[in-house]
Amino acid sequence: MSLPRSPAALDALRRQVRLIELADSASGRVLPFGVEAIDERLPGQGLAMGALHEVAGGAEGALHGAAAASFAAGILARADGPVLWCLRQRDLFAPALAQAGLPPKRVIFAEAGDEAAILGAMEEGLKYRGLAGVVGEVAKLSMTASRRLQLAAEKSGQMAIAIRRWRRIADAADLGQPTAATTRWRVSALPSSPLPTAGVGRARWLLELMRCRAGEAFDIEIEACDAKGHLRLPTAVADRSVAPQPGQERAAA
Amino acid sequence: MVPGLVLHDLDADGDAAALHRLALWAQRLYSPVASPDAPDGLVIDATGAAHLRGGEEKMLIDIRSRLEKVGLQSHVAIADTWGAAHAVARYSRRAIYVVDPSVIGRVISDLPVAALRLPASTVEALGRLGFDTIGELEATPKGPLAHRVGYAPVRRLDQAFGRHAEPIEPVMAPETLTARRAFAEPIGAPETMARYVTQLVAELCAALEAVSLGARRLDAYFVRVDNRTETARIAMASPTRDARRLARLLCERLEYVDPGFGVEKIILAAPGAESLVFKQTDSLGDSDAPTDLSALVDTLTNRLGAGQVYRLASAESDLPERSVRAAPALDAVEEFSWPLDWPRPTRLFARPEPVETVALLPDAPPAAFTWRGVRRRVRCADGPERVFGEWWKADAELARSRDYYQVEDDSGERFWLYRDGDGEDPATGTQRWFIAGIFA
Repeated sequence: MSLPRSPAALDALRRQVRLIELADSASGRVLPFGVEAIDERLPGQGLAMGALHEVAGGAEGALHGAAAASFAAGILARADGPVLWCLRQRDLFAPALAQAGLPPKRVIFAEAGDEAAILGAMEEGLKYRGLAGVVGEVAKLSMTASRRLQLAAEKSGQMAIAIRRWRRIADAADLGQPTAATTRWRVSALPSSPLPTAGVGRARWLLELMRCRAGEAFDIEIEACDAKGHLRLPTAVADRSVAPQPGQERAAA
Repeated sequence: MVPGLVLHDLDADGDAAALHRLALWAQRLYSPVASPDAPDGLVIDATGAAHLRGGEEKMLIDIRSRLEKVGLQSHVAIADTWGAAHAVARYSRRAIYVVDPSVIGRVISDLPVAALRLPASTVEALGRLGFDTIGELEATPKGPLAHRVGYAPVRRLDQAFGRHAEPIEPVMAPETLTARRAFAEPIGAPETMARYVTQLVAELCAALEAVSLGARRLDAYFVRVDNRTETARIAMASPTRDARRLARLLCERLEYVDPGFGVEKIILAAPGAESLVFKQTDSLGDSDAPTDLSALVDTLTNRLGAGQVYRLASAESDLPERSVRAAPALDAVEEFSWPLDWPRPTRLFARPEPVETVALLPDAPPAAFTWRGVRRRVRCADGPERVFGEWWKADAELARSRDYYQVEDDSGERFWLYRDGDGEDPATGTQRWFIAGIFA
């Protein structure tokens, strides 16, 4: 049998492979951000549901992971169903989750003493159908651990989000290590646009998609989640992608 | 002379019955293996059970405070052997004593011979021979000693020092449903144990179904050939008799069960079973029903420990650190009283950290602040949000107030700072600045 050489035949083959992959992963479902500038650059026009996604904070956010947690909460706020949130220290402030669209009735917390227990709890949650997704706050995410989570997520069609949070800034270079996650995001704080009066405006993030399976990396300046978990493009930079600010370049990967 | 003295006749049977009830209570709360230690004590095998109460010392404190609430004075001790714990609880001066395994010999050596659970006549005989403390008894050759006063002191010594095993026969409430299986040949392979546990769970669930009960707790006792009993316990958030789910939860605990040279009997008990009646459901699929999370919650709770799986619900308080409370994971938490339009940080520090600030008094936000050695210039700020002390909680809070500010530094990081006090009146606080949390 001769190999198909024409581009049309190759395209057909690619489509077929894609279909097999979709059938395999139980869910070709995606969760759109509702921001065209992000969705159109993601495969499937949105964030894959049955997949593991990594989120880390930039600069000091690598330590406290506040923006990363808020970004994750905003994503799951737009999905249906309860959320399992696995953490090591009880410093997540529930009123802020409610403000990002995750009220108390939708979140169950599981507090574990060590990272292995967190990964185990995440996997257990992913096996359990009926959740919107599972969030875990971890520092280390090995290839094996991420592969397990990715497979569990593919099987059940629920989203897994690993918030990477380290104890020291120096450890944050760990984000360059490969994992089996479908996407890897980094969220860093940017100065908000000045208001005409005194006060603080809506928070603004530099959202970097550092790695994306079957997709291109990009970065975008975006305004933080509203009460329903929706992001918004800053009005002043409607369609323009901004160069990274000094001090927020990519970690040497 | 004691004028108010009230005398009661000894009611030995009544005391024994009360002690039995207390043992059942301890079994429900602390560990499957609990038993009366007649005439005046309880013995609990805390192996593998203390972590559910946050550690051995916390468990002892918990036991003591609960007993105190019902008017019982107690001395509690934890040690490697029943004999040692018995002696330390009764004859050491401390009310709560966690005896370190490395010093156990020294600690009990100083205690009187009476601490060894011997009949009064034997203690008296030992006293006549000149033995006052356990240490003296331990130092003498055992053979001549057994000739003179009998074998009992030697056996008690061996038990106290852990040379001789002493199984604790757990209490069982008469109404507890059990399923048991004895083996002609001892079993030990993990798969074999899992298989029999699964069979017993199925039997027990059938028995529960017959009387419309659901298990809230399952205790499995593994009686080993060397006469020790290993236990595994699982707890459920809601009554259930789903055999597959219970078997899965129980089999997960089997890795903590040491079969030793083999297990010759497995007993499965469902103490404190609760009513669980059949419910008619929509055969077409009830799509509006909320997702049943109890299986997931049970799995995680049994793995991570009680109180580690929870919801965060709102509490009626304006102070941020008091406005959140942990609620049981299966509670329906519909309402919350947190403000949706006031700034609330994503991370709230358990302990606010002091910061150095440059700020105008009385109510301007800081122009710059130094936190963890880094100086940050404040680009813009919002506030103050004034929170008053809760005088109904503590007198000291009567005049106190705090002013919260949301500030953004040059790089865009946002922080929640507060000043302890209103900036004018010293009675309202120390007027020092703290960082309470970090925004997204």
